[in-house]
Amino acid sequence: MTIVDQQTSTREIETPPESDWEPRIVAFICSWCSYTGADLAGTAGAQYPPNVRLIRVPCAGRLDLLFVLESLQRGIDGVLVVGCPPDHCHYGEGNLLAQRRFRLLKGLLEHVGVEPGRLHFSWVGASEGPKFARVASEVVESVRSLGPSRTLVRGMYAASRSALVE
Amino acid sequence: MQDLTMQLRDTARSLLRDGKVGLVIGYEHGSVLLRTKPCFVRNADDTDRLVWSPLCENNIASYLLSIKGRTAVFVKGCDARALLCAISEGQIRREDVTIVAMPCEGVLDRRKLAERLQGRQISGGTVQDGKVTVVGQGFSESYPLSELLPVGCVHCTHRTAPVFDIRIGDAAPEIEAIDDYADVKAFEALSPDEKRAYFRQELASCIRCFACRQACPLCYCVECFVDQTQPTWYHKTGDLSDTLLYHVVRALHLAGRCVGCGACSRACPMGIDLTVLNRRLLRDVQELYNYVSGLDPEAAPLLSAASPDDPQEFIK
Repeated sequence: MTIVDQQTSTREIETPPESDWEPRIVAFICSWCSYTGADLAGTAGAQYPPNVRLIRVPCAGRLDLLFVLESLQRGIDGVLVVGCPPDHCHYGEGNLLAQRRFRLLKGLLEHVGVEPGRLHFSWVGASEGPKFARVASEVVESVRSLGPSRTLVRGMYAASRSALVE
Repeated sequence: MQDLTMQLRDTARSLLRDGKVGLVIGYEHGSVLLRTKPCFVRNADDTDRLVWSPLCENNIASYLLSIKGRTAVFVKGCDARALLCAISEGQIRREDVTIVAMPCEGVLDRRKLAERLQGRQISGGTVQDGKVTVVGQGFSESYPLSELLPVGCVHCTHRTAPVFDIRIGDAAPEIEAIDDYADVKAFEALSPDEKRAYFRQELASCIRCFACRQACPLCYCVECFVDQTQPTWYHKTGDLSDTLLYHVVRALHLAGRCVGCGACSRACPMGIDLTVLNRRLLRDVQELYNYVSGLDPEAAPLLSAASPDDPQEFIK
């Protein structure tokens, strides 16, 4: 897997296939333990659905919550954030800072109508390839059962707005 | 109330005369009935402009961010908490501010008053001893202030400043009911479709004037994310998705900082109830991390501290 520019990676998946819908999930993954873990899943031949696109970040703590919101606006159906397990952060406590921020974001997004099953957070260590494959599969199934995302998606509110004016 | 105004003026006068501060920030009568406006006094002879009443609704902590030099500020509980939060974030130096704690019984919600008036014009009005009295052509009515309080005041848990240098009047009576966030729980119980529909309806009237951001004493970024263009997070479109993005991020940037004063909602020219978002975060912050902002100027901000003991029930 190569590291792709965030702009390209999200643009590429901007047009949703209307028929046979497949969930599209963005995973923001720490490049230290977690990405190594995901890499291990690959080299070990562990199977997980191809619906998850990885975006490598230098630390889970690098995750700006705007990344998650931008993804949802562009029509991503689910977001997974993967950080190094507690005590394993390369920078000390970036993963714990990310966890607090993410928890508050998750609560607030649920408050505006995002289903709880769309936002996920996981700890994956460098040796936990199978765990990464399992988490990725679980997230895809969870999002699949919810159907396409309907909150925050750009353009989605346009029709309803004109209806409201009438 | 008159008495408090007199004491406030005396305090301001002596602070300025003794050279303890160079500036006093309080409130003075506004040009509109039943309104006050922030008042900046630098001269001891001008202190008679200052007033104190439940009409002092702006959160004046916001002005201290841009002021240099020793300043005294007359604060309600919420103003003080916002100020203490800004101090804990290193935005204001504690030694530069003289906090004068004023007793507060809540401020008047103009929208609730307007509902009672049903379009009738008033030619005069006073708020005294917990009663709002208005007079107009052919009518004179009086309502209890407790029925005309905004959301922030209804749920207020700290009516007087938790930390202060001078206190005027008695400490406000203890709040009997502790905030149980019943409104947040009721909203939480709605289905995702209902929540979406609520915000679609509520935010459709948002004109994105950012008055909520300007009124907030803790929204002090030099460059707000909505003004950034590289990268552009917030798009200047008519799409409701962008409106929602703005409101979600505004609330998130106040997570663990918001003191629930409700200045944002009161500033909204369209009457949008922004506290629905803020109170959800207030509840989460308190419930998950046992954190209440603006009580201790020495405390580390919630999101710059981490703990391995945080609840992890949501982590896979």
